[in-house]
Amino acid sequence: MNDLRLLFKSVRAENRIFWRTPIGAFFTLGLPLIMLVLFVAMFGNEAGFSGSITTSQFYAPGLAVFAAASATYTNIGMLLTVRRDDGILKRMRGTPIPPRVFLAGVVLSAVWIAFVSTVIMVGLGIVAYGINIELAKVPAMLLSFVIGAVCFATLGITLASVAKSAASAPAIANATLLPLGFVSNVFVSFGQDSPRWLEVVGDIFPLKHFATAFSASMNPFTQTPAIEWGHLGVLLLWTAGGALVASRKFTWEPVAGATPRGRRSRRSR
Amino acid sequence: MTNAIEVRDLTKAYAHNQAVDGLTFDVARGEIFAILGPNGAGKSTAVEILEGHRTRDGGSVSVLGVDPATGGRAFRDRIGIVLQAAGIDKELTVGEVLDLYGSAYSRRRPADEVLAMVELVEKSDDRVSTLSGGQQRRVDLALGLIGDPELIFLDEPTTGFDPAARRRSWELIEALASKGTTVVLTTHYLEEAEYLADRVAVMASGKIVASGTPDELRASADAGTVIRFTLPAVDAALAGLLDPLVGNATGRDGKIEIVTAKPTADLAHVTAWAVSHGIELAGLSVESMNLEDVYLRLVGDEVVSS
Repeated sequence: MNDLRLLFKSVRAENRIFWRTPIGAFFTLGLPLIMLVLFVAMFGNEAGFSGSITTSQFYAPGLAVFAAASATYTNIGMLLTVRRDDGILKRMRGTPIPPRVFLAGVVLSAVWIAFVSTVIMVGLGIVAYGINIELAKVPAMLLSFVIGAVCFATLGITLASVAKSAASAPAIANATLLPLGFVSNVFVSFGQDSPRWLEVVGDIFPLKHFATAFSASMNPFTQTPAIEWGHLGVLLLWTAGGALVASRKFTWEPVAGATPRGRRSRRSR
Repeated sequence: MTNAIEVRDLTKAYAHNQAVDGLTFDVARGEIFAILGPNGAGKSTAVEILEGHRTRDGGSVSVLGVDPATGGRAFRDRIGIVLQAAGIDKELTVGEVLDLYGSAYSRRRPADEVLAMVELVEKSDDRVSTLSGGQQRRVDLALGLIGDPELIFLDEPTTGFDPAARRRSWELIEALASKGTTVVLTTHYLEEAEYLADRVAVMASGKIVASGTPDELRASADAGTVIRFTLPAVDAALAGLLDPLVGNATGRDGKIEIVTAKPTADLAHVTAWAVSHGIELAGLSVESMNLEDVYLRLVGDEVVSS
């Protein structure tokens, strides 16, 4: 009971920190929205953009997934490494706050932020571009969103486990997520004539599976209930793999030699 | 009543460095215990082992009857830790931070009470990022107190404080101890250890080189009296002056320091020599040894090189 209250307080604190950092909120929520508006303006909102769906029907779910991935993966990777460098994680370890509760709070808060950005993205698609959401496919939407967001949140903790400092975390996040956006049906549509190896690369990593599963639940041509079990299964595998690496590699103290703030002077030998 | 802390033969090595090299000491309940030493003496490593932040290589450690390495959450519920350089989420307000951390403890003090203790009541609704360095340090202290700990660790709690703020912090720490809280603090301020501590352990190179009450320390170092003066120029006859004082006298750049148990005789020797050579001894002083002299003798070259 006490832990539930602690979890609630921790989620609330995480949320406050996110919304009080306007630059982070802009990159997470604003940028994908701008991309949606730009892509639809550039390519026109005609049917037949990708298969038989319209431009906005392709981009709204794809960019919603991209926003959800940056709200979880990139944000968690950054906030955990920043706090590790600042000694906040070490302070936390010296209190009775259980590590699991703290990390669960970080994940839940990020998933909530991802949810908000997804709702905004899909909402803009409905209001501005006439996308239709079928009630029968909403459970599929929710299921693929939750599995995808939890997967990328877990991978955010994995990222913080392998990144040595807050300086390297965003670099790793961008170097992984952005290129994947191009081979995962997020920024560009993959047709029959795309190189096979790029397709294979996309198939290996989780972003394409998240995007495909979520898009299917918003596609008027898929069969109800439109739950893509195969893609969701791959996401679950990535979640398990990421959690395994994190459980072995995650540290609460600044990594030696990574010159975090305030300890530079002690870097001798 | 048992001791709050019992440490026997504690050791901890890093790659090329025996950071803690066989520590043995006890801290009684309600006591203020200071670990004094220069940077790199092993103070922080020793304290972090007691806090449960670090594992040990050897020896036994009991803190509040618990092994900190395995004490887990129940152990951390009973202690407060004020680290030397631990950040606080800057986007939260002081009140929010206290509420978040406070809710983790089973015996929490009301936030208002803690804010009053560290004199930050009017800053409750301010974001941590807007506070000065000294005010953030007081939030650190507040977070150490929020769980009403039986034992509080303070790692260099007043570094960077102005003298008035330091004095107020000392009074707060004394007040805590008078209510029965055990306090373990590390410091490299002698006057802090001398003012606050019931007992002091002086660490150098991972070992305790002296321990006891501040008074005992002075006595144990065979304190005696210090005669100091400066020679105008190094003289060929210097040998004649210092020979009878060998072992007690040290000189650097013409500044001579003589630690002696028979100051009257030694002073007579020095002044007789000076008069016979027609030399006026600049800055001649005779003082009984203070804790700083004792400390500098104990930690020796460590201080000079750091």
